[in-house]
Amino acid sequence: MAMSRDGRPTIPRNSSVAGMPAPTFTGHRGLQLEEPLIFEQGQPGRSGVDLPDPPKVEHRMGTSVRTRPIELPGLAEPQVVRHFVRLSQKNYSIDANLYPLGSCTMKHNPRLNEKMARLPGFGDIHPLQPITTVQGALALIDEVAHWLKTLSGMPAVAMSPGAGAHGELCGLMAIRAAHVARGDARRRVLVPDSAHGTNPATAALCNYEVDGVPANKRGRIDLAALKAKLGGDVAAIMLTNPNTCGLFEDQILEVADAIHGVGGFFYCDGANFNALVGRVRPGDLGIDTMHINLHKTFSTPHGGGGPGAGPVVFSAPLAPFAPLPYVVHGPDGFALKEHDGGQAFGRLKAFHGQMGMFVRALAYMRSHGADGLRQVAEDAVLAANYILAGMRGVIDPTYPGPCMHEVMFDDSSFKSSGVTTLDIAKALIDEGFHPMTIYFPLIVHGAMLIEPTETESKESLDLFIGALRALITRAKARDSAGFQAAPRFAPVRRLDETRAARQPVLRWSPPQPKQAAE
Amino acid sequence: MRYLPLTDVDRSAMLGDIGAPSIEDLFRDVPVAARRARLFDLPLHAGELEVERHLSALAARNIAAGSVPSFLGAGAYRHHVPAAVDHLIQRSEFLTSYTPYQPEISQGTLQYLFEFQTQVATITGMDVANASMYDGSTACAEAVLMAGRVTKRRRIVLSGGLHPHYRDVVKTMTGSAGFTVDVAAADVFGEEDLAASIDKTTACVVVQYPSFFGHVRDYATLSAQCRDNGALLIVAVTEIVSLGALKPPGDMGADIVVAEGQSLGNGLNFGGPYLGLFTACTQYVRQMPGRLCGETVDADGKRGYVLTLSTREQHIRREKATSNICTNSGLCALAFCIHLTLLGGDGFGKLAAINHANAVMLADRLSGVKGVSVINRTFFNEFTVRLRSPAAPIVETLAARRILAGVPISRVYPERADLADLLLVAATEVTTTADMEALVGGLKEGV
Repeated sequence: MAMSRDGRPTIPRNSSVAGMPAPTFTGHRGLQLEEPLIFEQGQPGRSGVDLPDPPKVEHRMGTSVRTRPIELPGLAEPQVVRHFVRLSQKNYSIDANLYPLGSCTMKHNPRLNEKMARLPGFGDIHPLQPITTVQGALALIDEVAHWLKTLSGMPAVAMSPGAGAHGELCGLMAIRAAHVARGDARRRVLVPDSAHGTNPATAALCNYEVDGVPANKRGRIDLAALKAKLGGDVAAIMLTNPNTCGLFEDQILEVADAIHGVGGFFYCDGANFNALVGRVRPGDLGIDTMHINLHKTFSTPHGGGGPGAGPVVFSAPLAPFAPLPYVVHGPDGFALKEHDGGQAFGRLKAFHGQMGMFVRALAYMRSHGADGLRQVAEDAVLAANYILAGMRGVIDPTYPGPCMHEVMFDDSSFKSSGVTTLDIAKALIDEGFHPMTIYFPLIVHGAMLIEPTETESKESLDLFIGALRALITRAKARDSAGFQAAPRFAPVRRLDETRAARQPVLRWSPPQPKQAAE
Repeated sequence: MRYLPLTDVDRSAMLGDIGAPSIEDLFRDVPVAARRARLFDLPLHAGELEVERHLSALAARNIAAGSVPSFLGAGAYRHHVPAAVDHLIQRSEFLTSYTPYQPEISQGTLQYLFEFQTQVATITGMDVANASMYDGSTACAEAVLMAGRVTKRRRIVLSGGLHPHYRDVVKTMTGSAGFTVDVAAADVFGEEDLAASIDKTTACVVVQYPSFFGHVRDYATLSAQCRDNGALLIVAVTEIVSLGALKPPGDMGADIVVAEGQSLGNGLNFGGPYLGLFTACTQYVRQMPGRLCGETVDADGKRGYVLTLSTREQHIRREKATSNICTNSGLCALAFCIHLTLLGGDGFGKLAAINHANAVMLADRLSGVKGVSVINRTFFNEFTVRLRSPAAPIVETLAARRILAGVPISRVYPERADLADLLLVAATEVTTTADMEALVGGLKEGV
């Protein structure tokens, strides 16, 4: 069987399911409607828009006028709507049920946020309008910045990064610039083995040598190993806190002292800020810079994989190196600093940042307030510990609690039965749940990282706990055959990832003429 | 708190089951000095109505581009987005799902990504497209980094027709990676010849199509010059609608085409979120950044889609990944995909033709204004005009009269005093004759 690097099977194990109903004439199964690609549905002469004939003019496009037709299908609006509605019905969503993906913070997305982002005064303003015509937009960015600085206890924030990984880049580039400015260019960045893959990838992108730091037996960074790796060539450590095992790094002040002691900076991956928001300030933990995923902690929706937003907070020594552009308070209101940023390390994005996400985040912040945000962190941590407690007697957490906003289990209690973490995940799908994050972090074998968030009711948590208890109990009872067919109730069954990678088909192509197909 | 379902009764019961005396106890790993007992100095929670009032008041302090005659472009364009687009992207299953890590319950997202990749590859004339990047500028920087991996060279050449912000993002993102960047001077007239800058050490040449100043040039010769030297040609498109009327960059021999996809399906949003498009030739697919969606079959042999070739990516390859990108612009890609599906090939071509025709009419009208001259001989829906005095103050004056006249070149080239009289002007299908007359009238009085 093909396996991925982390020991996860990538080819489905069997293809026949006893007791599956006979196929229907249409291929549909009740509300589960099959849907071909748009390219298989188009007809010449159909369109989903009515456009007037273009005014007759002599074109000014020189010799580069398009001469061949645009090979895209024509569909009328009812077909297009039906197509995308049918596709949507093949997706799981937080609006439908609990979405316990660890480190992803899949919380409820308030619709007020969507409504506010669509106000024409936010959604329909051009990034290069005269500054006098966008004072409200700059005020909004400034207000979001104020909330982020207050909640983090840091004096500065860069708003332009487009997502968490882009924020990591922003943080490391500021660190590089700060070292270069004092004539002290450095070459190594320390990254724990449990880190998100974006951390080492970002460090490499900044031309740093990545040096791994192991975890200790308690699932935290091994402080002695860290100290042994420190030296005058270390630019930074990138530490996630709470870490990717769902634990607070309880020696974080020592970590900060150690890195500062050699003239390095402390980068914190803020993916898990939901556990701390309103309660603990990263600035009080010795952190120099941290990205904040607005799509996680501040509930701008995940949108099937973006867009996100990853503002980055900075300590005073790094603040001067924040990238362009940024909002400044001028004599006649707000202004934008777009050029001559002094020590600014450069520009990360074409314009000023993910404005649409800022609007949503501010609606979320204002709705919760200082009191509500504190309750968010508390309820998120409470919910994760409730799941940890609810699994007692069936499976122990990888590390003893309390955990923070997510709880880690592994496959040690059932792997001898032949059931894998992947099997558990696929069986959860049949129970109506999105699986937890699996096989991450890499330091834990068969990891299952569960983050329920604060927006689940106790009843919802109880049902999830019940389902997971039943599955783990079955797995430990060596019922591996029962797992292999899962998922049985999803729109498709397990997919052949090996085939997808070995013979990549990355776009639709017109069917081959019959001759060639034979 | 309307978003928090747990009651105090629930919380007590849960703490009891956990066996913790208090919430505080669950935070016991946090150093005592860092535990904040008091609330932060921020407003307290508020109801929908109060939040809506606050944000609406901020929104009201901006002039929405659609409420006035607007001629702004320079990498962000106002187009009409069909009503169905915004309705469909707000469906819960699209809006509130995550990256499709579990393909069995993410076929909706995966299938539209496959369709999106096909659409993007088709209109650019390229082999393969990825599932999106943050925006056009970051896609452009990623393309340069990819060219470095493909050619194992570290010298890059940027056209003077490249958007200055794209230039800055490329410089920023490649600077620490050890690249040498040659930037050509601002190519106001669309006449630059980069041949002399290309040699056997060049990793890539980056040009914009149409250029920042609006010029439309055929890059087939440049492509041959690149190929002769073993360099890659990267073509950046900031107005994707142009490809409905222009020869696709792939037909000119581009090796990588990147673009800003905002024009289709996505609003102006003050600059973000936008949609980076990234395409390449098949031979380079394993060096591409970002997510790729591919076709496969399930255990019953039924067609389905998965994220694939992930051994390029950070979550598998870590420091050896082709990029650090994780989250991209999924929902913006969906909006693009729906809009382009509604248009179809014919509609996309017609939309482009209307854009061009409106720009031609605008250029002709502006040419008739004393003191205004159109610089471009070629353009798509955007061109540069020279005024008799610096453009920025004129733009300010007209803004006060609720006309958004365009982007003064000084906004992006502040160091070039000799370009201060230039104004970049765009027209799209939403530009009316009355809008054009308003601008003409304003410039007659203003210049």
